Amino acid sequence: METAGVKKSIIEVRDVHTRFGDAIVHAGVSLEVREGEIFALAGGSGCGKSTLLRELILLQKPQSGSIRMFGREVVGLGDEQALPLRRKWGVMFERGALFGSLTVSENVGLPLREHTLLGDRLIDEIAAVKIALTGLPPSAGAKYPSELSGGMRKRAALARAIALDPDLLFLDEPTAGLDPLSAAGFDVLVRRLQELLGLTIFMVTHDLDLLWRVADRVAFMVAGRIAGIGTMQELSTSQEPMVREYFDGPRGRGAREQAWKPR
Amino acid sequence: MDGANSETARRATPPSTQDAAIVTDAAIELHGTELRCVGTWTVAHLVAIERWVEGPPTTALERAPDEQGPAEVTIDGSAILALDTAGAWLLRRMVAALERSGLRGAVAGLRPEHSALLEMVEELAIQTELGVPLPTPNAVARLGQHVWASGRQGAELLAFIGEVAIAALRSLAQPSRIRWRPILYNIRTAGFDALPITGLLVFLMGIVIAYQGASQLRRYGANIFVADLVGLAMLRELSPLLTAIIVAGRSGSAYAAQIGTMKVTEEVEALRTVGIPPIEQLVLPKLVALTIALPLLTVYADVLGVVGGMVMARSELDVGFADFIDRLQYALLMSDFLVGIGKAPVFAGIISVIGCFQGFQVAGDAESVGRRTTVSVVQSIFLVIVADALFSVVFNWLGI
Repeated sequence: METAGVKKSIIEVRDVHTRFGDAIVHAGVSLEVREGEIFALAGGSGCGKSTLLRELILLQKPQSGSIRMFGREVVGLGDEQALPLRRKWGVMFERGALFGSLTVSENVGLPLREHTLLGDRLIDEIAAVKIALTGLPPSAGAKYPSELSGGMRKRAALARAIALDPDLLFLDEPTAGLDPLSAAGFDVLVRRLQELLGLTIFMVTHDLDLLWRVADRVAFMVAGRIAGIGTMQELSTSQEPMVREYFDGPRGRGAREQAWKPR
Repeated sequence: MDGANSETARRATPPSTQDAAIVTDAAIELHGTELRCVGTWTVAHLVAIERWVEGPPTTALERAPDEQGPAEVTIDGSAILALDTAGAWLLRRMVAALERSGLRGAVAGLRPEHSALLEMVEELAIQTELGVPLPTPNAVARLGQHVWASGRQGAELLAFIGEVAIAALRSLAQPSRIRWRPILYNIRTAGFDALPITGLLVFLMGIVIAYQGASQLRRYGANIFVADLVGLAMLRELSPLLTAIIVAGRSGSAYAAQIGTMKVTEEVEALRTVGIPPIEQLVLPKLVALTIALPLLTVYADVLGVVGGMVMARSELDVGFADFIDRLQYALLMSDFLVGIGKAPVFAGIISVIGCFQGFQVAGDAESVGRRTTVSVVQSIFLVIVADALFSVVFNWLGI
């Protein structure tokens, strides 16, 4: 039922077109994410990355094209049918999107309470493990999101995203708005999670450090099209002018040099 | 169950388990002193294990230890098809549960990736145990907190009124600081846009009063006095009060929600950093606009209320429009009209100050915006009615 190959593909996007009124967001986007890889979608602001992410997590519908998640066509799927799929992935939104009326621990426990029959005590314990896993101190669990710093809020959001031990994790700009030290911590965290939990990770980012250090494969999006796809090594030797511009900018070079040191 | 199928398929490497049909809930089987874990140990399939761990130790296990000392129980994890963090946590809890009943448990036979996961959970468990839950306050403490919070809010309201007054005086001293554009905009949204709803409600109120009065007046043949009834009731009391209540619900809540949302998104702080005092930009225009708009709305409400009464008087009491208006001239004094209009600016002040104050009280999250908006409407309607009662007492005392 899945495509043949060493690893089956978790996400398959074929020729997706999206328009908002007159504005064309996607003009034929195709990509594939395989099991167990960390896939990054990069590109400048407003190139359609976040819209594609929203389409993958079924918050928005493309005008045409096909999106297969776990081998199942999802374009035009109703909420009822989408539920089993939604339970297979966790999403971390750019600004965390933690529920302000719940503590961090309750935020993390919410998917567990909703989708499992486990008892309150066990759910609280599992939530505490997830909170610790994302590197937050135990005291953070009892706090409300408004009492946390930006970096802690991102970690709490990540803890909620992995609450149900999903197969697939979506990260929207995981390091945006973090100081370099926290961002570096996040790089390590994402890698570690992938190794420990065997996750497939799809992230949208324009953080070059994150791309170099963490991503296995990167798709580079320019104006609604994929301008290049491959490892960072391959992309950095791409002849595509837009891709070159991105990687040869002063920050692109710096990030590349940095990436070789700590490994 | 679709969700669990692929979970199994992914985490369990043996090709035989790739078959989607083989998903079994996690379970524990007892073989002598060995506990064999079987099935899918993932979060959706753990209910039985949780019951085992939370419940009392099985009788079979209680017989297992010798009298001499704690016996060793092996937890065999080799038959676990899939394991996630929740499952690993429960494995750890199993060991702890065995220890509680005087047994020593050891997990054995896990697949390498599963034992890595268990190790990670063990490591994290040490950190999570440091968390101390906050004690929940008792009833007396809660009462105290409530009183303290109310008292503090009262003090903050006074401080806010003071700040608004100072900002208003500063604007008066320096008229170039007055922001006309937001004032005009607010007059339109709070005043002009409220015309249909206010008009309709007051018109209906006029009808209701005339209708209620009609049966009484007819009995005494005093039909014409319906003009006195409707005119006095509407002009002195009902139209200012109704208008203020409608505006409190329409605009007071909008003020609280707008300022509250701006507070959440740090726009209020942004205003301050670009050198615009938030009170001058956000509060004064609303206050001024409502102080202008509410009396005007009240005049309009007076007219429509009386028209409502006139319509009813003609159909129920055979008092024609001309007779009605004729009688109105004798029934109403200028002071009756002015008493009603005079209350409106005070109500406007209450509504806009409470709405804006509650907006500034928003802290942190979206829920707080909702809560403060509700509070602003409840408080401003409450205070409007209290103020109206005070006006009645004072006017009575002054003999107006």
